[in-house]
Amino acid sequence: MRSMLLMGVAGLVLATSALAKDKPKELAPPPPPPEVVRPPKDPWPSQYKPYPAQTTVIRGATIYDGAGKRIDGGMIRLEGGRIAEIGGSVTIPAGAKLIDATGKYVTAGIIDIHSHLGVYPSPGVDAHSDGNEATSPARPEVWAEHSVWPQDPGFSRALAGGITALHVLPGSANLFGGRGTTLKPVYGRSVQEMKFPGAPYSLKMACGENPKRVYGNRNQLPATRMGNIAYARQLWSDATAYKRRWDDYTRRAEAGTAKPSDAPRRELALETLTGVLNGEILVQNHCYRADEMGNVISMSREFGYKVTAFHHAVESYKIADMLKAEGICSAMWADWYGFKMESFDGIRENIALVNAAGACAIVHSDDENGIQRLNQEAAKAMAAGRRLGFAITPELAWTWLSLNPAKGLGIGDRTGSLEPGKAADVVLWSAEPFSVYARPMNVWIDGALMYDWADPKRRPTADFELGQPGVGEVK
Amino acid sequence: MKSALLVALLAAAAPAVAAPTAITGATILTARGESVIEDGTLIFDNGRITAIGKQLPVPAGATVIDGKGRILTPGIIAAATDLGISEVGAVRETNDSGARASAFSAALDVATAINPRSLHIAISRMAGVTRAAALPDAGNNIFAGQGALISLGVGGPTLTRARAIQYMEMGETGGRIAGGSRPAAWAQLANMLAEAQRLALNPAGFDRGQDTGALTKRLDAEALAPVLDGRQSLFVHANRASDISELLKLKAKYPAIRPVLVGAREAWLVAADIARAGVPVITHSLYDLPDSFESLASTRNNIGHLQAAGVVVAIAPLGGVGGTTPVNLPGYAGNAVAQASVPGGKGLTRGQALAAITANPARILGLTDTGTLEVGKRADLVLWDGDPLELMSAPVAVWIDGAAQPMTSRQTDLAARYKALGRTDLPLQYPR
Repeated sequence: MRSMLLMGVAGLVLATSALAKDKPKELAPPPPPPEVVRPPKDPWPSQYKPYPAQTTVIRGATIYDGAGKRIDGGMIRLEGGRIAEIGGSVTIPAGAKLIDATGKYVTAGIIDIHSHLGVYPSPGVDAHSDGNEATSPARPEVWAEHSVWPQDPGFSRALAGGITALHVLPGSANLFGGRGTTLKPVYGRSVQEMKFPGAPYSLKMACGENPKRVYGNRNQLPATRMGNIAYARQLWSDATAYKRRWDDYTRRAEAGTAKPSDAPRRELALETLTGVLNGEILVQNHCYRADEMGNVISMSREFGYKVTAFHHAVESYKIADMLKAEGICSAMWADWYGFKMESFDGIRENIALVNAAGACAIVHSDDENGIQRLNQEAAKAMAAGRRLGFAITPELAWTWLSLNPAKGLGIGDRTGSLEPGKAADVVLWSAEPFSVYARPMNVWIDGALMYDWADPKRRPTADFELGQPGVGEVK
Repeated sequence: MKSALLVALLAAAAPAVAAPTAITGATILTARGESVIEDGTLIFDNGRITAIGKQLPVPAGATVIDGKGRILTPGIIAAATDLGISEVGAVRETNDSGARASAFSAALDVATAINPRSLHIAISRMAGVTRAAALPDAGNNIFAGQGALISLGVGGPTLTRARAIQYMEMGETGGRIAGGSRPAAWAQLANMLAEAQRLALNPAGFDRGQDTGALTKRLDAEALAPVLDGRQSLFVHANRASDISELLKLKAKYPAIRPVLVGAREAWLVAADIARAGVPVITHSLYDLPDSFESLASTRNNIGHLQAAGVVVAIAPLGGVGGTTPVNLPGYAGNAVAQASVPGGKGLTRGQALAAITANPARILGLTDTGTLEVGKRADLVLWDGDPLELMSAPVAVWIDGAAQPMTSRQTDLAARYKALGRTDLPLQYPR
């Protein structure tokens, strides 16, 4: 699409210069470029601004860099909100804050690719139930960020658990749940102030029991798994037609043969799907069963889009080779199983088996408590894998918590690992972070110290908790 | 090493009661205080522990299990579960926890539904859980019914004690069930206990003559008799501090009643009162969100505060924390230890944390012959490959009533089937 546009412009330039050679003196001023209506790509941009960051050097720590590397007795310098240097030894600028972390651990911040913080906030009263627009099986026009309550106390707990970015998704009642958005657990007065700058949107999709149960109970499509797929395919077909209308209009407008009033009406639902077809919006697909993931992959081929990650993928271990070949990530719990029929075959070795097949493994929470301890979930998954005979190092397992989810959210070039130039999203742990006894001592986001277990002034309290029983108590 | 141990275990399993078994060289955590026995020996015979100490002589003919480099603890006791009564939570017909449409309440007896072949029992067992309380969910009455104490052992009797517990809902849930408010729940409670008392005093006259008009069914009123005389403990699910304070007054009116607080997220606000009343608490170590208006003061410090106040606390796999299972009880206990390391945090010592999933639930459930490693107690034992509270540790062997337990489950079968995905001459569903 983009390259076609460039070729068109180049052709125009060539034609113009040929004309210039023939009649240099009669060259008219170039006509104004045709007016082309384009749906805005980012109409609700991030208003997040990093908080002041002090140049900080941590030394003596064991470092898991999030990209699979480990440095023993390592040093790292955070400067200007970014990782400035990491290794066995780094420069210590004058005035830098120096932290001796001997015996402690430093890791890349944890990124949760599946959260409902803000859309199902605490307290979980009906008035706060904003995660499922369960009024139609397809609601790709809704955006999770428009439901997010920035004062969810859960953000403070997630931060204290070492979370530096999280993806907030609509629920799974619908086949097309709406857009998900990536946030930082940094309190803002509006959700825009929490948005991860430049992070792409996702489209939350769901297969399996939830959509067919929700709509089947109302005696409407979909009431079955085949209904799920049929409904989704029709919508992808509609989206393809919508995209064609826009592409056609855009071509004509750029050629000067279409007026702005010829632009198709923006249909927000189909606009989201068009974003997926154009590769700009990432599909995060709730799907438990291996066979259903297979169906979704076939559907994505039929309509020419890509699934970025299957979420709650408790059966990924059955098709880990296929997921590797397709380049699709699995976002998984360590050991949730058996609570519903489609989770019946969940096993504790799932994450390790996906990893062993060379496919992309991600540990996710889907839970306001679980998000506080994703390191512990990864520990259990690593242990299960080792018992099955796989040699999994802790530094490798940390990629499940940081770089892999960062890639799955399209922000892997900016965060997810402790590499020079990337955001200084860093956690200092009191002990080996896969130990049950470890807790985050410090959490930096863009180099700013946003959580300090020893300093009450560096521990946020959501508005809701002010003046309530238990305020001020360590949680 | 592992296979040698397994062979020894299998040999020991068959004649479980025929000869003594000695576990030698292990680090033994007895769950009594902070007691640690290095290079310890534990001997059991006929399902009971017969000796425990440092480097004890092994009796002739004993089966010897090498516990070197291992840690031996009592079996984990899960104080509040749906083990054996619910197979797939969301598949209604496999779930006997609750009965919303039943005409009965306190009389419902989960012992009639216990399925020893439940896959969750096998999965929990190989994670070191040896006994559990299986509790009903409340339906259309604040009284949910009677819970059972079960063994997770293969072969032996599954029912350790039927009708050990009456379970009930108060607080927000109790209020909703009773008609829409806390006062409605308290009225239902007062009325049912009063009618149960009248039935106990004069069974023939219950709901007859002047007594006509009882709201409680005879079977339910009968089921509340052991609650009133203290033969059965009364588990009360309540979270708000004010609800807990109100419940503590129950003993003034019904002196024999033995309440146990379940959930109890705001218990720390009234910890001294709970301690003074001698009421135990069953809770989760990971509650720390104000996820309802009855849990605004939730904090992971709750358990530490209660322990410091002298309350007997058990950690149980209660709802409200996603993915909670009995399998993860040791990790929940370990988290209570970690909480003590946070500046301003209140948590447990390692000994207290182990007791919170062994000795304390045993005491609360009235399982007087298990929960600690002492001579004369049941040989409910777990041999671990590392610190039992650590996330990466796992049992290498489990004994229940002295019988070595299988260390496989449907989950291990699935993992074995799918470990290698390569296509061969038959689908994966054929034996390889």
